[in-house]
Amino acid sequence: MTVLGNLALWVAFLVGIWGALTGFMGGLLGRADLQQSARHAVFAMCAALLTAVFALEWALFHHDFNVEYVAAYTSRNLPIFYTWSALYAGQKGSLLFWASVLSVFGSLALTFTSRRHAPLLPYVAGVVCAVAAFFVTVMLFAANPFARLAFTPLDGNGLNPQLQNPGMVFHPPMLYLGYISMTIPYAFAMAALLSRRLDTDWLVAIRKWTLVSWLFLSIGLLLGMWWAYVELGWGGYWAWDPVENAALLPWLTMTAFLHSVMIQEKRGMLKKWNLALVIGSWLLSVMGTFITRSGVISSVHSFTQSPVGYYFLVFLILAAAASFTLYARRLPLLDAEARLESMVSREASFLFNNLLLVGIAFSVLWGTLFPILSELVQGTKVTVGPPFFNQVNIPLGLALLALTGIGPLIAWRRASLPNLKRQFAVPLTTGGFVGLILLVGGMRDGWALMAIALAGFVAATVGQEFARGARARHRQYGEPYALALARLVGRNRRRYGGYIVHTGILILFVAFAGMAFKTETQVTLRPGERATIRSPYGWTYRLTHLGISQYDALNRQVTAATLEVERDGKRLGVMTTEKRQHVDGLGRPTFQPSTEVGIRSDLREDLYIVLGGVVNGTEQAVFRFTINPLVWWVWYGGVVLVLGGLVVMWPGGGSPAVKRVQAGYAVRLVGKQ
Amino acid sequence: MMADCTRREFFGLVGGLASTALYRPLPPSAAQDSLPGTGPSGKLWDPSRAGRPLPPVTARDNDAAIQAIEKQLKCTCGCNQDVYTCRTTDFNCTTSPAMHQRVLQLADRGKTAQGIIDQFVRENGVQILMAPPKRGFNLAGYFLPSALILAAAAVLVLVLRRWARAAAATPATSAPAASPAALDATAAELERLRRELDRLPG
Repeated sequence: MTVLGNLALWVAFLVGIWGALTGFMGGLLGRADLQQSARHAVFAMCAALLTAVFALEWALFHHDFNVEYVAAYTSRNLPIFYTWSALYAGQKGSLLFWASVLSVFGSLALTFTSRRHAPLLPYVAGVVCAVAAFFVTVMLFAANPFARLAFTPLDGNGLNPQLQNPGMVFHPPMLYLGYISMTIPYAFAMAALLSRRLDTDWLVAIRKWTLVSWLFLSIGLLLGMWWAYVELGWGGYWAWDPVENAALLPWLTMTAFLHSVMIQEKRGMLKKWNLALVIGSWLLSVMGTFITRSGVISSVHSFTQSPVGYYFLVFLILAAAASFTLYARRLPLLDAEARLESMVSREASFLFNNLLLVGIAFSVLWGTLFPILSELVQGTKVTVGPPFFNQVNIPLGLALLALTGIGPLIAWRRASLPNLKRQFAVPLTTGGFVGLILLVGGMRDGWALMAIALAGFVAATVGQEFARGARARHRQYGEPYALALARLVGRNRRRYGGYIVHTGILILFVAFAGMAFKTETQVTLRPGERATIRSPYGWTYRLTHLGISQYDALNRQVTAATLEVERDGKRLGVMTTEKRQHVDGLGRPTFQPSTEVGIRSDLREDLYIVLGGVVNGTEQAVFRFTINPLVWWVWYGGVVLVLGGLVVMWPGGGSPAVKRVQAGYAVRLVGKQ
Repeated sequence: MMADCTRREFFGLVGGLASTALYRPLPPSAAQDSLPGTGPSGKLWDPSRAGRPLPPVTARDNDAAIQAIEKQLKCTCGCNQDVYTCRTTDFNCTTSPAMHQRVLQLADRGKTAQGIIDQFVRENGVQILMAPPKRGFNLAGYFLPSALILAAAAVLVLVLRRWARAAAATPATSAPAASPAALDATAAELERLRRELDRLPG
């Protein structure tokens, strides 16, 4: 199978180069035969890369430990679920996964893009082939997943225990899908620049793809947070690790794009800015891969580091140079069709929203790269950890939350004073009221108080929009309120789906604010002994150590501590936390013992229990008890955010002609009236 | 190599792939060989399975002042976490417990929180801090993003005001109306669109 895999990679490499050449040449020379050849090259590359994936999965499932990758990331006793996900558990496999998914996305884009955008497609094929060919090049010359060992071990190393978690099965592919699908909007942007078709039309072609990328990245980030929380055992979900930051950067710039693109669609403005955001987002996703792979910055994701990072650095520099050179040459063609008419308008608020989103992205990038800059400038390497990022980004994040509420309240083009009074009265009152209640209730953490008060303001904004829309439909069509609300969302999916996303964001901010009240304590308990801890809500937890048991599971030896939990004298149940020593098929330890956290969640707080270890080999155990307020709201907020994104993306919602009109020239019609 | 594979192996693989979607991990109760409690010696049946032996926690390990100091110091084991988080999370790490002992030792000598942190910086360099000290080039790290955002906001305000003034001076030309004929929509669709736009706020 490795022969087949290698062969497939070489075919993909040659076809990719051919596709890139014919795509660009076919587009520039207007030759239909070359254009057709480029299109077929994308499909052929896709088939070759999927064959390579099949070959690698075959080797993984057949425990072909003579293949270095199989021996490095699996063992005979690895559950089948994780054997499958070992495809992207390591460097080489994830490169193959990336290239394959890119070729699939490229094929889908070429198949389903409307014929109206046909002049762009040869260039799209060229870009997809060029990018995928780069990944195949790295595999063939630096990180071949089909490389063989000089001997065949009896069993493999097994998968890192921290990766043996359902969250880790879905988190990396979701992030990859987000990163990879970003190539399609980038390819369309480059196609628009190369073909000089720089009207608003190309944006229509990429809007769904950008939403797809944004949605995958959002899901990937949320699953990563969930995995970190349940698996790593440190009691949090975001540590400003460079790799986390790398995934956040394109998400921020894509969010900025999804807002500013509305101004281009409605007013024909911000063409230069939107193109720069699309190109920048894609380059940031490549940069994220470089940071993840190179190890240039110290990160907890060290299991993916290798010298291939520098291939990405070269690729990043070349791609950035080519993209921005082309962009600079086309700037004269990117003049706005209209001008902003008032400082107090939806357009202006979107510009400030973009400024903050891109500013936060810069701030995160700056903090991530600051250790390197410091070493270059001062000769001293510094550590830039959570205290730094929190200090710099919390105020910016709160300003962004405020704009999330302000933007939808301001009218397009120009807002009048009476209009502003009418729009802001309820949300401002609500926000102030929430802040006052918290203050009277004794909340003294300024940032948390501001976050929750602003969330109240944004919630009132969103609620007001839904209420007014539903009331208008009720009055106009006599629909019952529930039906009016459903039809309101169904017929204005972009707008109201966007508001649902805003709701998800405000829930996330409230959840983040909850972590300001986290409490932690370490305790040693003998069986029968109990510890008492106070929650930020004033409850008293009593935890009784019931004892420790040891048993063997599929690929691990487990030491499990069990505790009985009471809250304010009421028994809540029994919780278990484990130490796991993973072993291979021959019973040999493979990694250091890992911790399995015990978590009891409700809407208000999580009780988070970690077994640290045992004292002197007895059942006397060291525990860490953490109370994390409002953590479940992170996951709820994430679900709401994703649902909102799906509503925005959902097909339908009006005739294509009307959508085109709305996309391109709606505000002009208002002007005409 | 494909020829080496039997039909049975092939269907086994396909079945394996399909079963990934249906896989549910076994609950602990279904696992084998449960050995509850301690063995005859009063110790766990296999203490090595429980990781590195730990000393009992003392009151000082939970001291809020000590925790606050340790949250500003980076563990040097390569975990990228502060000393407190590492010593209460990675129970295999021997570096963070040693650093914790050093913090306690310095506190016993009567050093203040800042004195302890300064001592760590003297011994390990500024990299031992979780955030760089606010001096010299590091100030750029803290304030450059906010300063740039503020500067960009000021420029944006100026540009927007200029655009707004220009638009006010030439209202008729700022938003040239497209003729309905230039739009790919019927008159009925345009009328429906006008009605929808009327319902927009403002």
